[in-house]
Amino acid sequence: MQVQLQVNGRSVSIEAADNTLLVQALRENLKLTGTHVGCDTAQCGACTVLVDGNAVKSCNVLLAQMAGRSVTTIEGLAAADGTMHPMQAAFKDCHGLQCGFCTTGMVMSAVDLVHRHPGADEAQIRKQLEGNLCRCTGYQNIVRAVQQGAAAMAK
Amino acid sequence: MGAIEFDKLPHIGESVKRKEDYRFLTGAGNYTDDITLANQAACVFVRSPHAHAKINRIDISKAKAAEGVVGVLTGDDVAADKINGLPCGWLITSVDGQPMKEPPHPILAQGKVRHVGDPVVMIVAETLTQAKNAAELVEIDYDVLPAVVSARDAAKPGAPALHDIAPDNHCYKWAIGDKAAVDAVFAKAAHVTRLDLYNNRLVPNAMEPRSAIGAYSRASDEYTLYVANQNPHVERLLMTAFVMGLPEHKVRVIAPDVGGGFGSKIYLYSEDVCLTWAAKKLNRAIKWTAERSESFLTDAHGRDHHSHAELAMDKDGKFLGLRVHTDANLGAYLSTFATAVPTILYATLLAGQYTTPLVYVEVDAWFTNTTPVDAYRGAGRPEATYLLERIVSRAAWEMGLGQDEIRKRNFITTFPYQTPVALQYDVGDYHACMDSAQKLADVAGYAARKAASEAKGLKRGIGYSSYIEACGIAPSNIAGALGARAGLFECGEIRVHPTGSVTVFTGSHSHGQGHETTFAQVVAARLGIPVENVDVVHGDTGRVPFGMGTYGSRSISVGGAAIMKALDKIENKAKKIAAHLLEAADTDIDFAGGEFTVRGTDKKIAFGAVALTAYVPHNYPLDKLEPGLNETAFYDPTNFTFPAGTYICEVEVNPQTGETRVDRFTAVDDFGTIINPMIVEGQVHGGIVQGLGQALLENCVYDENGQLVTGSFMDYAMPRADDFPTFKLGTVCTPCTHNPLGTKGCGEAGAIGSPPALINAVLDALAPLGVKDIDMPASPSRVWQAIQNAKA
Repeated sequence: MQVQLQVNGRSVSIEAADNTLLVQALRENLKLTGTHVGCDTAQCGACTVLVDGNAVKSCNVLLAQMAGRSVTTIEGLAAADGTMHPMQAAFKDCHGLQCGFCTTGMVMSAVDLVHRHPGADEAQIRKQLEGNLCRCTGYQNIVRAVQQGAAAMAK
Repeated sequence: MGAIEFDKLPHIGESVKRKEDYRFLTGAGNYTDDITLANQAACVFVRSPHAHAKINRIDISKAKAAEGVVGVLTGDDVAADKINGLPCGWLITSVDGQPMKEPPHPILAQGKVRHVGDPVVMIVAETLTQAKNAAELVEIDYDVLPAVVSARDAAKPGAPALHDIAPDNHCYKWAIGDKAAVDAVFAKAAHVTRLDLYNNRLVPNAMEPRSAIGAYSRASDEYTLYVANQNPHVERLLMTAFVMGLPEHKVRVIAPDVGGGFGSKIYLYSEDVCLTWAAKKLNRAIKWTAERSESFLTDAHGRDHHSHAELAMDKDGKFLGLRVHTDANLGAYLSTFATAVPTILYATLLAGQYTTPLVYVEVDAWFTNTTPVDAYRGAGRPEATYLLERIVSRAAWEMGLGQDEIRKRNFITTFPYQTPVALQYDVGDYHACMDSAQKLADVAGYAARKAASEAKGLKRGIGYSSYIEACGIAPSNIAGALGARAGLFECGEIRVHPTGSVTVFTGSHSHGQGHETTFAQVVAARLGIPVENVDVVHGDTGRVPFGMGTYGSRSISVGGAAIMKALDKIENKAKKIAAHLLEAADTDIDFAGGEFTVRGTDKKIAFGAVALTAYVPHNYPLDKLEPGLNETAFYDPTNFTFPAGTYICEVEVNPQTGETRVDRFTAVDDFGTIINPMIVEGQVHGGIVQGLGQALLENCVYDENGQLVTGSFMDYAMPRADDFPTFKLGTVCTPCTHNPLGTKGCGEAGAIGSPPALINAVLDALAPLGVKDIDMPASPSRVWQAIQNAKA
């Protein structure tokens, strides 16, 4: 199977088995290892990427479904010169990460959350982050980071 | 340098943003599964589907012939190559003087399987898909045996026996304290409070599943193991010296970025040895990464204690004696530090913050057909704290005292304080923590909040927990006398580069704790250089001289102290170089703010200039001093550190549905000196959620056949973002008296202190309904059932 798609703004063509998951194609074919696999039941959200701007758990879609779509991974979020996206910067500023493993998926979910709910309050942010597990932070600083990141993205 | 002067240096107490964050936030982290070596093959393990079974026959012929298969290995190959079983790192001696039972723990099953997930066959293939396909072709003929799951059942006569050397499933009976004296004090007590409780079994669930790559070079006869691990030197020592019989200098263990540990990545696991062994045997680099369901089955679990406790008091609620019996479930085999958890790390904490003069604790440890149990965030101290803080609150209710009042009446106030269970607390201020927590929690406004809840048909309760814990197990000689089979020091190397920047090599390991920032702050503060000029290297036996790793909240107090000792040596040598350059006596040189000065003069020279001179020694006392500025130190602590605090939890329970909502949670901790408050608060947040997770959500459940019922995130309730509110944190600071930083450690406190605070709050809320007891987790069904039972 040959699949053509956009990944982080670049057109790519991936040759892979029909049952290849998007996360496998990203990690193994494209070596974009910032997208992580934390479970096998689509519960943890560590593999979250944006597909045409919407957050998707990349362990839960086939590469074949991505033909002609535009995928953004954590590697594609910062500016070309390496300057972090406002949401990435907010996570650093608020200490919204510890071990970093869930972080990449968490940041992608947070970007999507702000697009869908620009003025979300704490309760809404907590509800919207239900699909992303973090074992380190207790979520408190993640919630602060999303609030701060949302404010920065609105500027 | 002492703790008092250290605390006043620049960068100490400053929330420096983390140096490691950029790579994690941009997807540039380097976790084991992100690494691909040349000539790398994939691996899966065929695991036992049974909790207990005899293996009659293993047929690997079809698997071996499958497409892409590189090798198929079984317990017979392990035995033929004389690979030993996994060792236990702590010898417990029973009360009768006999050593604990140490059954073999083979890396691939030999004749028998003892828990679901026990590895039986290792399959190596070109791709993961091929390995999985080949695994389907392995035929294993089992005779399924009866299984035993709980410690209490394992203790019954006639229970299924796991190991030939322990036909009664009993690993040890251990005790501490003066039993006769404790019994005597109970006989004359005005009141005795009794409590039976179960500290529920937990699955650690670090977000990064365990992963490892074994590699071997025929050219150099060297092995390299990449592994998600908290203590790579310990991993190497155990694997080389005890299991494989390899010389340590031929084995390099690298623990790169590690996605959380919580204890579960301390241990030497079967897979790590299998990959290292097979790498040479098959002459391939071999990667294995656990699927989450494998993590549930094979990462060492936590807790699982059944206990009975009795607290004797005088008529004023003053504690006279504590008597405890605990049955600890160790699982099917002895994991690396399993035996120390329900003994040394548990019973010694049962004096808590109180002056209880007499404590007697007896522990029976049992084998069961479950995943091995070992240290999990807190390791023994959460079990101790849960028991003690539950019985103290129950005693308060029975005596008609407030939960705060009974604690205050019994707090230790003079230090050092020798407890009746071996530990000597160096310093603390428990009243200050209580007072601060009560203010922060607005206890004064509680009655109004309770009335407001009542008006909504909800039951509000408040729960207290005043925990103490012990970090940085020490000193090595005492730990050795108590059964530790390893040292408990730490190593640090300071490499000053010619231009004055510094690389720190530490034996501590960061898997989320932020050492790259905190340790850099320590060095920058001491040397008067920018934090950006200090990099920290950890997690590689090929680069770090030695180390004992990170667990038990020991990193800053032991690893940081080793760095301080190395810095003392750096400063001492640099002063001699400066004295030479400034033409002064060594003893007249002062060092502060990155400058060496000659006392009483205006002569000075910057640290960077001294560093350059050390490496370009043209004007240098070569007759008296070696060139270079690179020092290594080992630090062995003289005592544990004793973080302590008071946590207050307020819940609202819906009596119609049994649902509990945590409305407020306040934590006041005394961690001694704090280097980076932002990082410390983050540790506390995470710890509290893990503790509240245990108390409200998480529960590891086996059915009676030993099948893991809660084997995925679909049925094991992990805390999520909307489960808990924003917490209020405060600190009290009584610096540790015996390490040069004054630090105590903060990594586990939250998980230790919070479970009893929540359960006490639930019980306080339900007291008007007649509910007297509830076990963790206080799920809606349990709470609802407890209410119904109380009505009946």
